[in-house]
Amino acid sequence: MPSPDAVVIDANGVDSLITSLRAQGFRVMGPVVANGAIVHREIRAAKQLPVGWHDEQEPGSYRLSHGDDGEMFGWAVGPESFKQSVFPSRSVLWRARRDGQDLAVEATGDDVAPEAFFGARPCEVAALKVLGGVLAGAASPDPVFTRRRETAFVVTVECGRPAATCFCTSMGSGPGAAADFDLALTELAGPSGRFLVRVGSERGAAVLAGVASRPATAEDHRARDEVLGHAVAAISRTLDAEAAPGLLARNLEHPRWDDVAGRCLACGNCTLVCPTCFCAAVEETTDLAGTVEETRRWDTCFDLAHSYLHGGSVRVSTRSRYRQWMTHKLSTWVDQFGNSGCVGCGRCITWCPAGIDITEECAAIAASDGAVKTSEPTAVRDR
Amino acid sequence: MTMRPTLAVWKFASCDGCQLGILDLEDELLSLVGAVQIASFTEMTSAVIDGPYDVSLVEGSITTPDDADRILAVREASGLLVTIGACATAGGIQALRNYADVGEYTSTVYAHPEYITTLAESSPISSYVKVDFELRGCPINRYQIVEVVTALLAGRRPVIPGYSVCEECKMAGNLCVLVAHGTACLGPVTRAGCGALCPAVNRGCYGCFGPADTTNTASLARRLTELGTSERGISRLFRTFNSAATEFSKESLEHDA
Repeated sequence: MPSPDAVVIDANGVDSLITSLRAQGFRVMGPVVANGAIVHREIRAAKQLPVGWHDEQEPGSYRLSHGDDGEMFGWAVGPESFKQSVFPSRSVLWRARRDGQDLAVEATGDDVAPEAFFGARPCEVAALKVLGGVLAGAASPDPVFTRRRETAFVVTVECGRPAATCFCTSMGSGPGAAADFDLALTELAGPSGRFLVRVGSERGAAVLAGVASRPATAEDHRARDEVLGHAVAAISRTLDAEAAPGLLARNLEHPRWDDVAGRCLACGNCTLVCPTCFCAAVEETTDLAGTVEETRRWDTCFDLAHSYLHGGSVRVSTRSRYRQWMTHKLSTWVDQFGNSGCVGCGRCITWCPAGIDITEECAAIAASDGAVKTSEPTAVRDR
Repeated sequence: MTMRPTLAVWKFASCDGCQLGILDLEDELLSLVGAVQIASFTEMTSAVIDGPYDVSLVEGSITTPDDADRILAVREASGLLVTIGACATAGGIQALRNYADVGEYTSTVYAHPEYITTLAESSPISSYVKVDFELRGCPINRYQIVEVVTALLAGRRPVIPGYSVCEECKMAGNLCVLVAHGTACLGPVTRAGCGALCPAVNRGCYGCFGPADTTNTASLARRLTELGTSERGISRLFRTFNSAATEFSKESLEHDA
């Protein structure tokens, strides 16, 4: 049965959708080609979208190519996620100024316009939820994240052409979109540009109301199933998400950690492109006029200073840092937040300059599970 | 008014570019000289106040026996000694002599090489005296000088990164030129601080700030080989302004055919 909440729009409809979002006051952040990659920029019209562009991704490599197929969303994910929008790389938390004997503290507001995340892949939508579990679910919800996520309008676009580095099917986050969106688009096959649109919220319905559409037919839904079926079949990487937490917890001394440390650059790229990595450092600076500024910036568990406690860093070796990242992402994140920290977008694989593949590392440990016995999985030691 | 701390700036073997960086601090210079007393900075003023000095900024590397003695006196006269730039922290571009015969150079360059007294190697200041803080870069990021002095005055720790240029690139929203373009880039092993200037304009990082806190130069070199960089090319990448920095030196020798 075709859902009454689903309609079909054409390429002009996509343009109207952007116009409609802008009319409602959203800053529309959508995919554009810039400098050889698909990145998020403010868009005003559908003609800015990466029509005909495809990405080829391999461990440590990303290339774009152009075809004459006219597909608007014929690519997987670029280096940027919408993390940057809800968890900016730098935020000034507060300022203080000395005035005689008084100290005047000034809260720095966050007054950016609400954004529409246009073209967010289902794995990205899942990542926003994972990130929300960390930043909004805490006893003191992060005000920047909470405000930006709550006001954001999510237009997800289901995946028709996953990359070779994708493994969302293993993590239950794609290629189809199930929830947490305002509108979900599926680019259906065919030359004319046909998009099935499903409504996920009242806001979504309101934005869609101004766009020319026709009700979706059973055939349109079958076409969507076909797109998603192709996508599922095209995903070649897998990760055993259910087994990973236990597997990693009992293999903290596995020889594979030494092996990966030989390749890992400890540069932090994997964590910085990850849509769920949330580590931050808070830096306090002063200027010569006496203003104090507290700034939060992205940090990475691959940085030596990240684990600095009084007297030195806890995780000195690259082995311990890679292990910290991977075990947190796939294992202890589950203990902490009740879900995996990975959504299978594959960015950490593509954007690792050394081409380290988290699915391969996990499989290698599984292949010789228990090669080295650890009595207590809590004994995370550096060496 | 309380006494301002005294600051001295010293030059050893260098191009003066880092000292000029201080003079280039157009918006901050007046506040800076208001906060500290410039006691000795001959590139700025010929008025020199005798030491000792609360803080010394040292530019340049040690390349002559005279300078090897002079740095001991500077250390003696200084409370805190902060080295500035690639020469002072890693020997500078002139440390290329460390991979060659400096006697051959002097006989080629000078009509009377017998007048030249020079050491076989160009060495960082830390090879001779205790250094309290190091600012990297060729040249330095002049705002790091302001940061160090300001932190010192406030009695706090300077916010100077030890992480990789990659982190700086990602925070700035730069595209990774190594992954997306296949461009040879030293960013993953290089210390942040420049603001990721080169990747921002689609050039690979040249490693001006020297090795990051953690490096795996061998792994990066393997990747550069896969991308088609020659052995000589890899050696030369690691052998520029920070060629005497241990990690870069070692990797350059690995590929020195």
